[in-house]
Amino acid sequence: MAAVVSIENLSKTYDGGVKALDSVDLEIEQGEIFALLGPNGAGKTTLISAVCGIVVPTGGTVTVAGHDIIREYKKTRGAIGLVPQEISTDMFETVMATVRFSRGLFGKPKNDAYLEELLKDLSLWDKKDAQIRELSGGMKRRVMIAKALSHEPDILFLDEPTAGVDVELRRGMWRLVRRLNDKGTTIILTTHYIEEAEEMADRVGVIQGGRIVIVDRTDAIMRQLGKRQLSLTLAEKLDAVPAALCGWDLELADEGHQLVYTFDANDEDTGIPRLLRAMDEAGIGFTDLDTSKSSLEEIFVDLVHRENGTQAQGEGA
Amino acid sequence: MNVHGVWALYKYEMARAARTVWQSLVTPVITTVLYFVVFGSAIGSRMEDIGTVDYGAFIVPGLIMLSLLTQSISNASFGIYFPKFSGTVYEILSAPMSPIETVIGYVGAAATKSIILGLIILATATFFVDLRIEHPFVMVLFLVLTAVTFSLFGFIIGIWADGFEQLSFIPMLIVTPLTFLGGAFYSIRMLPEPWESISLANPVVYLVSGFRWSFYGEGDVPVVWSLGITALFLAVCLGAVIWIFRTGYRLKE
Ligand SMILES: Nc1ncnc2c1ncn2[C@@H]1O[C@H](COP(=O)(O)OP(=O)(O)O)[C@@H](O)[C@H]1O
Ligand SMILES: [Mg+2]
Repeated sequence: MAAVVSIENLSKTYDGGVKALDSVDLEIEQGEIFALLGPNGAGKTTLISAVCGIVVPTGGTVTVAGHDIIREYKKTRGAIGLVPQEISTDMFETVMATVRFSRGLFGKPKNDAYLEELLKDLSLWDKKDAQIRELSGGMKRRVMIAKALSHEPDILFLDEPTAGVDVELRRGMWRLVRRLNDKGTTIILTTHYIEEAEEMADRVGVIQGGRIVIVDRTDAIMRQLGKRQLSLTLAEKLDAVPAALCGWDLELADEGHQLVYTFDANDEDTGIPRLLRAMDEAGIGFTDLDTSKSSLEEIFVDLVHRENGTQAQGEGA
Repeated sequence: MNVHGVWALYKYEMARAARTVWQSLVTPVITTVLYFVVFGSAIGSRMEDIGTVDYGAFIVPGLIMLSLLTQSISNASFGIYFPKFSGTVYEILSAPMSPIETVIGYVGAAATKSIILGLIILATATFFVDLRIEHPFVMVLFLVLTAVTFSLFGFIIGIWADGFEQLSFIPMLIVTPLTFLGGAFYSIRMLPEPWESISLANPVVYLVSGFRWSFYGEGDVPVVWSLGITALFLAVCLGAVIWIFRTGYRLKE
């Protein structure tokens, strides 16, 4: 598949000295739904803002459909629709006026037939003459999406489309995103809900501290969840994993002084008691043992905590 | 050239003014009428003519300039400050709009509004005094140049401002005093030295003088100076705006 957005070595240090993006490399494929998953402050909004021209990168290059976002910004920006994290639009304008404005701003000639279809698709048509301040929160969000789609972009960025939104609205948003994707729009969404990334995305990129930690197909990422490691400090150095222990996923570390066993914490049988017995039988002694979560797992645990926190808040509100 | 984009911004800004038509048109017109009543009729009837011009008619160009300057600045500064304040600027920054196109949209709309206002005040004035306009083309030229220049100036203030106080700070503390001291209500030739010479350092003197020349064929300074100073200020403002967009100053992180 062809890369439609190609990010190389992208860095951003804000004036205050915060390094929000640290040499990010990322390729978005044509027609996919890509989820950028990461905790608050990871740099998701900064990454999107840099691609869309709202934040000036301090280093690196980005191309959109082969065009450089700085030198050929008119071409790249015309191909992108952006739904920002916050609902921000002139609240006194009517729905129709604001989508007409957005379409014009992005250089497209008037086409009310298209806008009618768009508003109908977003269940906003009967509100077309209402001022935006009169609409419910969910409708306001859909107005932001309508504005972003008003100029028929090939690529849609959605910055935390479901943050603080109740479960019902979230499901509706997912259906909508899938429908847009079916029509051929490439979608890049940011989220701090694992569930959302798992449900929606073809591929997931995990970002933390301004760095892309891992990018992979969603199922591959999800398989890595729950992976733990047991490290055994050996009494005597080994040169290779003994044949007697070939039934376990083992690796040597620390120049043969450590034996590392990777297992799935979600399995009913982790295999640890049997491994220890087998080692005993093979006469391999150990002086210390330690279990740890993989670094990815750490991030996800962090995410899950946040998710539970915000969900509780959302439902209370 | 993103013509649709410029037009969308221009129309949006004009529509915003239409929503607040009271604030944008009626208030300045009422204020001007009050000036006419006080300075033109009440005090003006006891004043001598200045040059060949009756005092009530003499103050008309200055009054129009006063409104033109303050309204151009406030229209344009609010126009760009508000999106920054409310966060809607994200859309303009992410749009395929070049800096020049964005400026044409905002400044064009702000200037249009203040020119309309200037013409309305001019029409209002005809109810109070006998006006003659000796050089209508020069009059229109000054009207447009001043509106564009001070809309650009307002645009810069709007980008620079961090808060609403700063938006009214420059118009209140600098522009209004300069206009009052710039010969809107008197000829600077009436001032004793050194005040007459000091007044020549006030750029508004040249605007008011040139504009008055287009009405009555007389000004405090030669009309070419007036045109020159206006053009110079226009160039300075344009340069500043280009620099702002080059560097992203106060618009982008
Ligand atoms: N305008 C800004 N000025 C300074 N620092 C910022 C600004 N915006 C974001 N940051 C910082 O950059 C980091 C990444 O922020 P952001 O991209 O908003 O993360 P996310 O969207 O993943 O929550 C955070 O540490 C944040 O505090
Ligand atoms: Mg964010």
